[in-house]
Amino acid sequence: MQQLSGSSQVTIALPKKKKRPPLAWVGQGFFIILGILVAVILISNLIRQPTLFAQFFISGLQLGFVYAMIALGYTMVYGIVKLINFAHGDVFMVGAFVSYFAVARFRLHQWPLAAFPQISPGLGVVIGSITVILLSMVICSALAITIERVAYKPLRDAPRIAALITAIGVSFFLEYFGALNFVFSPRFIPYERPFEVVAWYIKDGIHLIKPGEAPPDGAITFSNILVIIMIASILVQIFLQFLVRRTKIGIAMRASSYDKPAARLMGINVDSVISFSFAIGAAFAGLGGVLYAIAYSSIWTQLGILPGLKAFVAAVLGGIGSIPGAFVGALIMGQAEAMTMGYISTPMRDAVAFTILIIVLLIRPTGIFGEPEKEKV
Amino acid sequence: MLLEVEDLNVYYGAIHALQGVSFHVEEGEIVTLIGANGAGKSTTLRTISGLLRSRTGHIKFKGQDISMMPADQIVRLGISHVPEGRKIFAPLTVKENLLMGAYTRKDPNEIERSMQRVFASFPRLKERLNQLGGTLSGGEQQMLATGRGLMSRPTLLMMDEPSMGLSPILVEEIFNIIKDINSQGTSILLVEQNAQMALSISHRAYVLETGRIVLSGTAKEIAENPRVKEAYLGV
Repeated sequence: MQQLSGSSQVTIALPKKKKRPPLAWVGQGFFIILGILVAVILISNLIRQPTLFAQFFISGLQLGFVYAMIALGYTMVYGIVKLINFAHGDVFMVGAFVSYFAVARFRLHQWPLAAFPQISPGLGVVIGSITVILLSMVICSALAITIERVAYKPLRDAPRIAALITAIGVSFFLEYFGALNFVFSPRFIPYERPFEVVAWYIKDGIHLIKPGEAPPDGAITFSNILVIIMIASILVQIFLQFLVRRTKIGIAMRASSYDKPAARLMGINVDSVISFSFAIGAAFAGLGGVLYAIAYSSIWTQLGILPGLKAFVAAVLGGIGSIPGAFVGALIMGQAEAMTMGYISTPMRDAVAFTILIIVLLIRPTGIFGEPEKEKV
Repeated sequence: MLLEVEDLNVYYGAIHALQGVSFHVEEGEIVTLIGANGAGKSTTLRTISGLLRSRTGHIKFKGQDISMMPADQIVRLGISHVPEGRKIFAPLTVKENLLMGAYTRKDPNEIERSMQRVFASFPRLKERLNQLGGTLSGGEQQMLATGRGLMSRPTLLMMDEPSMGLSPILVEEIFNIIKDINSQGTSILLVEQNAQMALSISHRAYVLETGRIVLSGTAKEIAENPRVKEAYLGV
């Protein structure tokens, strides 16, 4: 498994091998019963109403793949600077807003048709939407590099808690600066999409859902934005694996995350490697932000908080510092949330997400793909 | 003069670790710094390679003042530092470790040629090319660290305790390779606790004691100095 860093783990103290405390079985029994309960609910519902289950599963996929794009940024930055960059979720929000202004104010998504009226409208929409997304990614990268230079770099040698508190401060700054009337305004804003969302239903084959028409009972619906989110998220994963595996800057990222002074002795400019990883993570968050806004069609300045925190939980669940871990953790988080919405209640989704964080920290603080922290000799 | 170090004063907080250290390395030489634990040998090397800063004095490499230069630029000028404890990138493969050694270089063909030259000196590394650095034995790690240090094609190679933790046979092997590297034109600044071995291959030597140079001369003179004999050579 690809690990961005060999020694990058959560800082929570690991359970030492010592005598088990009395009544440990109470806790263990509780988790086992909880696990059985979850399994019973899911399986019985799967058998009773498989199409409904599939529908929840699909909405879980959509959430999970969005979280995956955000979680990568957390895990990469943590892998190199051991900082949980809480402003990352707000970079995601800025990505959504950049695309909003590009589309609603500047009609950037229509430039191919305006410049070359003879090309087919479909191709024009594709190129225009990709332009909007790229613009958001570039601006998010620039924002993240600025944040890193201004807020985190001066604290590179300070205690880690100082940088963490600063990250929370930057996060609040972005949210409330964005809420000023002349910036993004504090209101919910209807999001104008660069392309139309088209939905299909599956029942006796795949059919298009026409506007104003409801799909028949027992059908599973999905949309083009779900497919786009999945493809984008998987491409991002593949790109990142290629980057850290095969490219010089990627290997330098792994070297710097393992041992910064040694990396500097190789002639690696560790500061630019750090900036680079912030930029890459932010670009993916920007991409996620645009797709999220297209999927859920309403934006405001605090829309990044919960997806950001859940992506953080996903990164911890997968093993923070591990790139495939972030991906797997995010998919699990998406499912957990969708199933909670479906079978318990919608407001419970956030509670369940953070319950998972607590359970992971209790049972396996290093996450699924994390290795126990080794002491450096 | 290849490297000229003058009046270094380095502090760790309130601790005055180097107290006016001056010495030099000529082109083609092997120069050894010997001294006990905590004498400031590693601190000296870390200051030259830019990981630490001196409050006073200057470091000149090929006539250029490098005392305020960032570490990655110093590597580009041709100083390579094989650090104490080897500092292999454990989660990277042997090949990736070597590639990181060549980070400052661009031409892939040239890098490949350097890698072949490293394999000629350390055939063991070629066998373990795709193994993770952390899984190598101590001796292999020292070979990898040395090979990695050579991948930047340095004019000056600084080695910190290359014999530490190695069996006597391996120590001899490493020192033969150091001599070999030197005979191909690379100047070497060596830091060693194994003074006898180090002096046997060096041209000149300096003795460091609590942050000061207390003795200097040719390797032969140092080896025959009664104080050195008593304190470092165990005779």
